[in-house]
Amino acid sequence: MPPPVTIALLVAIAWYLAGRRIGLMSLVGLLFLWNLRLWTPTMQTLVLVTLATLAALAIGIPIGIFSALNRRVWKTVSPFLDMMQTMPSFVYLIPAIPFFGIGPVSAVFATVVFSMPPVIRLTALGIMNVPGELIEASDAFGTSPAQKLFKVQLPLALPTIMAGINQTIMLGLSMVVIASMIGAGGLGREVWRAIQRLDAGSGFQAGIAIVIVAVILDRVTQAMAARARPAPID
Amino acid sequence: MTKERVVVRDVVKIFGSQDKEAAALLRDGVPRNEVIERTGGVIGLGGASFSVEEGEILVVMGLSGSGKSTMLRCINRLIEPTAGSITVDGTEVTTLTPKQLLQFRREKFGMVFQHFALFPNRTIAENVEYGLEVQKVDKAKRRQKALEAIELVGLKGWDAKYPRQLSGGMQQRAGLARALAVDADILLMDEAFSALDPLIRRDMQNELGTLQRNLKKTIVFVSHDLDEAIHLGGRIVLMKDGLIVQTGYPEEILLNPADDYVRRFVENIDVSSVITLGRLASRRSPALPRHKSVGDLREAVAAAEDPILVVTCEHNRPVGCVSREAVLAAKPDAEIASLIEAEIPTADGSKVLKSALRKLSAHPAGLAVTDADGRYVGTVTQDMALAALTGTSAELDAAAQSERENAWTGASPNSHWTTSATTPSPGSPSTSPH
Ligand SMILES: Nc1ncnc2c1ncn2[C@@H]1O[C@H](COP(=O)(O)OP(=O)(O)OP(=O)(O)O)[C@@H](O)[C@H]1O
Ligand SMILES: [Mg+2]
Repeated sequence: MPPPVTIALLVAIAWYLAGRRIGLMSLVGLLFLWNLRLWTPTMQTLVLVTLATLAALAIGIPIGIFSALNRRVWKTVSPFLDMMQTMPSFVYLIPAIPFFGIGPVSAVFATVVFSMPPVIRLTALGIMNVPGELIEASDAFGTSPAQKLFKVQLPLALPTIMAGINQTIMLGLSMVVIASMIGAGGLGREVWRAIQRLDAGSGFQAGIAIVIVAVILDRVTQAMAARARPAPID
Repeated sequence: MTKERVVVRDVVKIFGSQDKEAAALLRDGVPRNEVIERTGGVIGLGGASFSVEEGEILVVMGLSGSGKSTMLRCINRLIEPTAGSITVDGTEVTTLTPKQLLQFRREKFGMVFQHFALFPNRTIAENVEYGLEVQKVDKAKRRQKALEAIELVGLKGWDAKYPRQLSGGMQQRAGLARALAVDADILLMDEAFSALDPLIRRDMQNELGTLQRNLKKTIVFVSHDLDEAIHLGGRIVLMKDGLIVQTGYPEEILLNPADDYVRRFVENIDVSSVITLGRLASRRSPALPRHKSVGDLREAVAAAEDPILVVTCEHNRPVGCVSREAVLAAKPDAEIASLIEAEIPTADGSKVLKSALRKLSAHPAGLAVTDADGRYVGTVTQDMALAALTGTSAELDAAAQSERENAWTGASPNSHWTTSATTPSPGSPSTSPH
């Protein structure tokens, strides 16, 4: 796909999800990246982050829900989360290699594991922090557990869950960069290569590119989180 | 014909891990503090029994921590009772399976909460239709019902707003509408008006009364405010430390406090808004049937203590008054009807004293109190009203006394003052002279 088409598509998505301001910001950022001749690595990074995030959410959100609904699950999961978050990120690269070898698959795997804790934790917290009074009200009207989850708990936890998703994406991005050490392509590899050649200029360019991608992803997901907040005042 | 909708028998709720053990100890008569010490639990309810009748507002009262909310939530098992039995329309609630319980809650109960508990992410209409939504009523129908309920509570036009955009009073109306929208006809209300300011609160109390009469709902209303309980006008269940200390109409509780706790509770209330005229009315002096002659009644009149006597018609309705002196001075063959000096204003005996104070102040001779059919029950004078207000009323003491003797137990709101209203009539054989 030629870059202009991709850019148009991405800007359209950002605009739709987060509004005009952020849409325009994305446009400028992406054009700048194209201009830096970093288009291909940027796309590689985006694909890796997207894949890893989707996997992390697909696993993390259900775990978060179970943790919130069952004390025992939460008690087991919680210490793991603490551990996962304090562990230095490089460490995740090691176990991935024997399974998947050097390359993007290992990179995605390590990224998924590393970026999952926030979404688990915030999904669980969001659900557990739904006011007891509202749970009581839903019970009083004869709500089944499934109805309660989908009509009360998840909608009310949504802003918190979105914050978790945002953090997961940010962690994912940072991990994808680090994972270039084990052969993930993308912007991380540009940085890695610049380090090896002591080429400050291109290292800096790649760094800027990562920041731009991060800012776009962050703003878009934050805008989505804000939109998930209940009861806008008109 | 009143039907018991909810019957609560010996319900115990212990909070804590050893709840069953604690309940067993309690049943075996082990003192409460020992039970608490041995099992480490908190006694929420220590064996409460009462019943709620069809179409009544039953007010559960008590100080903070007395177990009111716990009691209310046991009825629909938001709190699982540890022991005891609760039946609603004949169904034992405590043994329902989770699935049956869901269905039961949908069918029987609407609930209103102290802090409204509206879902902040739903509009008012979406909140109000929530109960129907979980019952999978189709969208158009439930929205229509929700809008009806919204109109009923006076929130028409606010249905598309979010709870945050409404004032407290309006939010509570929405809470009420949510409970009304499901066709369940037992409303459970936990301090529903406590978070509202006094004026709005009074409005809501009045509206609840109107709604209740029109919709024939049965309401269990938790409150810690005695004035509110009195204003709602139903029976009161008074709780203390998880036990029920007294059940009855405000008047009965006021006149016959079961113990010092209850006495302290009712100490500061406005007597005139509780005591009914029927209760207060003096039955000391006989009514004078107008078709009788003075001779027939002279003895009874001579024995009468009141200076003004009430003349009644053939149907025992008050038609006027005459002074005692005038009767005694009249010729024996004069007909009572010919002696009537003035009309006498009447007042409905089921009304509270407060509602008649203005009328009473305008009529020094007093008011003739009648029952629901307009028949004469007794007289209320300014002196008697003053005595009642200052707590020195001989009539009320006598009424309380006779109640204690008869061990009278609650019946319908109308009969509770007429039961003792056996009007002494000189026409009846027992009191007629000869
Ligand atoms: N979940 C709980 N765990 C332990 N103890 C509880 C729990 N809920 C209530 N209690 C205790 O049960 C007792 C009765 O509480 P309840 O909430 O029924 O009182 P209340 O009459 O509604 O008081 P208030 O007027 O303050 O609402 C209190 O001593 C309270 O501490
Ligand atoms: Mg309470």
